[in-house]
Amino acid sequence: MISLGTPISEAAIRSLKLGDEVGISGTVFTGRDAVHKYLHEGGKLPPEVNLQGGILYHCGPVVIKDEQGNWKCVAAGPTTSIREEPYQWQVIRDFGLRGVIGKGGMGDKTLAACRDYGAVYLHAIGGAAQVLAECIKRVKNVYMMEEFGAPEAIWEFEVENFPAVVTIDSHGKSLHKEVLAASQAELAKYV
Amino acid sequence: MNALQDSLLELIRRTSAEIPEDVHKAITRSLEEEKKGTIAESAIKIIEQNIALAKNKSQPICQDTGSVIFYVDCPIGFDQIAFEDTAREAVKLATKKGFLRQNSVDSITGRNDGTNLGPGAPTVHFHQHRSPEVSVRLILKGGGCENVGAQYSLPNEKIKANRDLDGCRKAILDAVLQAQGKGCGPGILGICIGGDRATGYEASKQQLLRKLDDTNPNGELDQMEKEIVATANKLGIGPMGFGGKTTLLGAKIGVLNRVPASYFVSVSYMCWAYRRQGVSLNGDGAVQNWLY
Repeated sequence: MISLGTPISEAAIRSLKLGDEVGISGTVFTGRDAVHKYLHEGGKLPPEVNLQGGILYHCGPVVIKDEQGNWKCVAAGPTTSIREEPYQWQVIRDFGLRGVIGKGGMGDKTLAACRDYGAVYLHAIGGAAQVLAECIKRVKNVYMMEEFGAPEAIWEFEVENFPAVVTIDSHGKSLHKEVLAASQAELAKYV
Repeated sequence: MNALQDSLLELIRRTSAEIPEDVHKAITRSLEEEKKGTIAESAIKIIEQNIALAKNKSQPICQDTGSVIFYVDCPIGFDQIAFEDTAREAVKLATKKGFLRQNSVDSITGRNDGTNLGPGAPTVHFHQHRSPEVSVRLILKGGGCENVGAQYSLPNEKIKANRDLDGCRKAILDAVLQAQGKGCGPGILGICIGGDRATGYEASKQQLLRKLDDTNPNGELDQMEKEIVATANKLGIGPMGFGGKTTLLGAKIGVLNRVPASYFVSVSYMCWAYRRQGVSLNGDGAVQNWLY
């Protein structure tokens, strides 16, 4: 497993290749459908949300307040990323993201942005909400909760050794494309 | 009344936090299948860890606790309105306790009031029978897998599917190909051949109430279920679409009559985080036994 700490340098990202398993430590912000649409339409991020060299996580966590009034993340697996395909390239370009965590893969626009601006797509294990919540050591803050509701808000997490697999690298390669092409060719034998 | 609410709350908790045994067995088997040292094997290992953690901590297996769908078998004279009211209370409470995510959004305004209640949320299907028994089955169906469901109208030229069982097979395999890893594979398919657009999809979901290791009473369909799984697992899509041997853990096929002009094949995809549980209740609404 390769360790990645935020903020991440372009060189560290460029050295990653398809199928590499990484463990992410540092700060991760969540952002999903509502956030992407909002940014695409020219919405401004709260000043505390600094994505430069950072990682955006496609996730709508289950977060509750404990008896002391502190946020506690009880489940936090990835959501399907392809819904952000129309917007992701722009968010990578404009906010200096080095990585996007999600599941299910993304398309050509994101692939091109990863190549052009030095970022990778990191596939987390879909459904593994508990293993991944264990890697979230602290909920540092939450932004835009009023506007978007809890699952869609921007959560700031401190993570440790958060596991993911590089499935789109910064050199124009996508594991999703490769598996699709191979499985399509295989299926042709049976239909 | 209170016993029923407690039972339904426990049903929701268990469904959200504990994977049914038949599914767990299939996942464990798949771990043996995958090649050592591959990312497919890593994925299944994390899935196994996750199943254990969720159960021990009594927390959701997956953060997308999905659409809440109850299937109730009840005797004649059963008060369905009171049941539905209690089910709604149980859902609200389960959400407060974090067994369910605040997961229900007003489709027009985009507002999420955090209760998980609203039109169609939860959904309750009642089925009357002549036995005095009340049984409640629950499926929590996440959005990722729901989004890769598909409905085919045969004939379909693009996939060369005619109006026969072989055409159905081609449609189902195409759905597997299109889904790739996006529905959180390895997945399980609920399938309905026939019906209309609404009843076909509904019946395909009800197939997901069957245990993975059961046998289809129709020999031809039973054969087809096995073939679909075997073929899908040769495609190399694998867990999460990472490549690998386990693409499907199961396929269940049901049939409805159709009108001559329509021939639908409806496919509901269930993720590996297959949240399905059931209870039979006594007259007071207390849990008598668990169904899975």
